[in-house]
Amino acid sequence: MSHGNNNLKEELLRISGVNPKKCMRCGKCSATCPAYDEMEYHPHQFVVMVEEGNIEPLLNSDSLYKCLTCFACVERCPRGVEPAKLVEAVRLVATRRQGANHLKPDDVPGKLDEDLPQQAIVSAFRKYTK
Amino acid sequence: MKVSYFPGCTLKTKAKDLDLYARKSAEVLGITLEEIENWQCCGGVFTTAKDEVATKLSSVRVLKAAKDKDQALVTVCSACHNVVKQTNSAMQNDKEFADKVNRYMGEDGGYDGSTEVYHFLELIRDVVGFDKVKEKVVNPLNGEKIAAYYGCLLLRPGKVMQMDDPENPTIIEDLIRALGGEPVIYNQRNECCGGYVVMEDPALAESKSKKITSNARSFGAERMVTACPLCKYNLEKNGSDLPVVYFTELLAQALGVKEECK
Repeated sequence: MSHGNNNLKEELLRISGVNPKKCMRCGKCSATCPAYDEMEYHPHQFVVMVEEGNIEPLLNSDSLYKCLTCFACVERCPRGVEPAKLVEAVRLVATRRQGANHLKPDDVPGKLDEDLPQQAIVSAFRKYTK
Repeated sequence: MKVSYFPGCTLKTKAKDLDLYARKSAEVLGITLEEIENWQCCGGVFTTAKDEVATKLSSVRVLKAAKDKDQALVTVCSACHNVVKQTNSAMQNDKEFADKVNRYMGEDGGYDGSTEVYHFLELIRDVVGFDKVKEKVVNPLNGEKIAAYYGCLLLRPGKVMQMDDPENPTIIEDLIRALGGEPVIYNQRNECCGGYVVMEDPALAESKSKKITSNARSFGAERMVTACPLCKYNLEKNGSDLPVVYFTELLAQALGVKEECK
């Protein structure tokens, strides 16, 4: 199992380009995260848990779909760790699994209203499906 | 001056006025926006993953189309701008990614990341100049208190976007001043409205948007401006009692061409 996690960890680091060893555990990423209250695992936990190879809980968490990709954590990290890129990598590993698309086309009509910009729909598909 | 223009999907549909006001205002300021032919949607959000190649090709093609005409590329929508600019940066700085992209490009020929990308705000600040804009104002905003809402995509990541200081931006405030308005500085102007997560968790978008509009109101704003259709949607949908308009509408109003866009 730990071997599998190591492979997964390497894949996440390669996809994201993030080096979690640079993290000094200050927590500023989570303190500035606008989705903090809605997340089970917060940005700083993504960094620590990936570094430790404890990745399965992240893959199965709805926290992946709460990240707004607003880059606040990327901008404000004093060590340049860029946690949002790690969240994105974990989300992609999850949604690339067969049948794991988080947003299904059939779900979309129920979410529409007449003012919703197309941008919201294409962005959601890009973030929530493979 | 002629520049290549990438409007993007939403400016052809729900945000037609963002596009029309930009085109009319550009004419007044001596800029011709030449729309790229056969452009495709940028995808709305940039995927930071290094192994996502196909999802970035539409942006690369737009950048290449501008380069082939030896023109700068201009965007108006915050989201398009973020995607196109981040893609251009990846083409400049990530050789492995650029090689993969150029293999996809096939007989269209490669692209080297050399197109200059401007947001319309940058174009009027850096190429036209706010002084020149001020000279062209015929309907000044008479000191109206206006709150600039930057959101996230225009400014971040700062080292890629390079539009302004990501934590203390001034570009929209300077435009408001040039148009005769009084900018309102408030804490939440560069925090996220909830973005596309409105599709997944509308309550999250509602709480973020309410925080922003109530903060702007508490600092005395009478109106808010944005460059992003999704920000406008989230702010309006979630009970803003302040009018939210595109910065291009404000510009067209002050330049006296707003009525021509109707």
